[in-house]
Amino acid sequence: MSLLRRILPHPLLFLALLAMWLLLMQSLSPGQLLLGSLVAFGGCWVMVALDPPPVRMRRPQAAIRLAGRVFVDVFRSNVAVGRIILGDAERRTHSGFMSLRLDLTSSYGLAILAVVLTCTPGTQWVHYDPARRVLMLHVLDLVDEKEWVRIIKQRYEALLMEIFE
Amino acid sequence: MSAAPDLPLWAALLVSALVIAGALVTLIGSIGLWRLPDFYSRLHAPSLGATLGTGAILIGSMICFSVLQSRPLIHEVLIGLFVTLTTPVTLMLLARASLYRDRVEGNRAAPEHDPEPTEL
Repeated sequence: MSLLRRILPHPLLFLALLAMWLLLMQSLSPGQLLLGSLVAFGGCWVMVALDPPPVRMRRPQAAIRLAGRVFVDVFRSNVAVGRIILGDAERRTHSGFMSLRLDLTSSYGLAILAVVLTCTPGTQWVHYDPARRVLMLHVLDLVDEKEWVRIIKQRYEALLMEIFE
Repeated sequence: MSAAPDLPLWAALLVSALVIAGALVTLIGSIGLWRLPDFYSRLHAPSLGATLGTGAILIGSMICFSVLQSRPLIHEVLIGLFVTLTTPVTLMLLARASLYRDRVEGNRAAPEHDPEPTEL
């Protein structure tokens, strides 16, 4: 274990907590930097006690691509769901449950996929069975199940596997 | 609100457009809670307000206060971040609790078994 890791066990978490502190305080003054570093340092050592499984981020560029895709898709599905809500009653009856097999196994990747699918209006993560690797979803506009499988596997899962596996 | 007249016209127009757009999207989400037919469909409606609705209002707020104080004020991103991270937890808990209850009570709203995985 390197010296940096022994003093500062989670450097990325340290930076994130420090950034959060400075944003909350809206200042870059030396005093706030020092105070923020102390808070972030404490936070990192709390994380050591929780002992999370190690994160391996392979491809930071892929993470930026994923963020861009999610941004576009959230906008698009907001419009789509808005039209379903305001449209005629018949359109609101196509909702239903569906399942799909996932190849992604990293728990961090699955957590991000869960946040993405639930935050996007129109898809709702319901249940993931790790033994069968099957994810159950509720979809508001369930006309073509294969189309949804294609969207999830190609747009999100492929990138998440690039990042975490 | 005494600072509002100091806002230049272009910023005032932009900020109002963003705030009204965000409020409209959130309103549509709330209307969805009333118009959608069953519990699982209604779970999709609040995420309109939590994503695009909140996002547009937060960007409006950032522009408004950055222009007023002539320095970038972007601490609103933290609100966006925390809303994005916490909303899914609630929605997933609600979905799973409802699915469990529907299955125990034998309601028809939920499938008795998980649907077979769709293959490409």
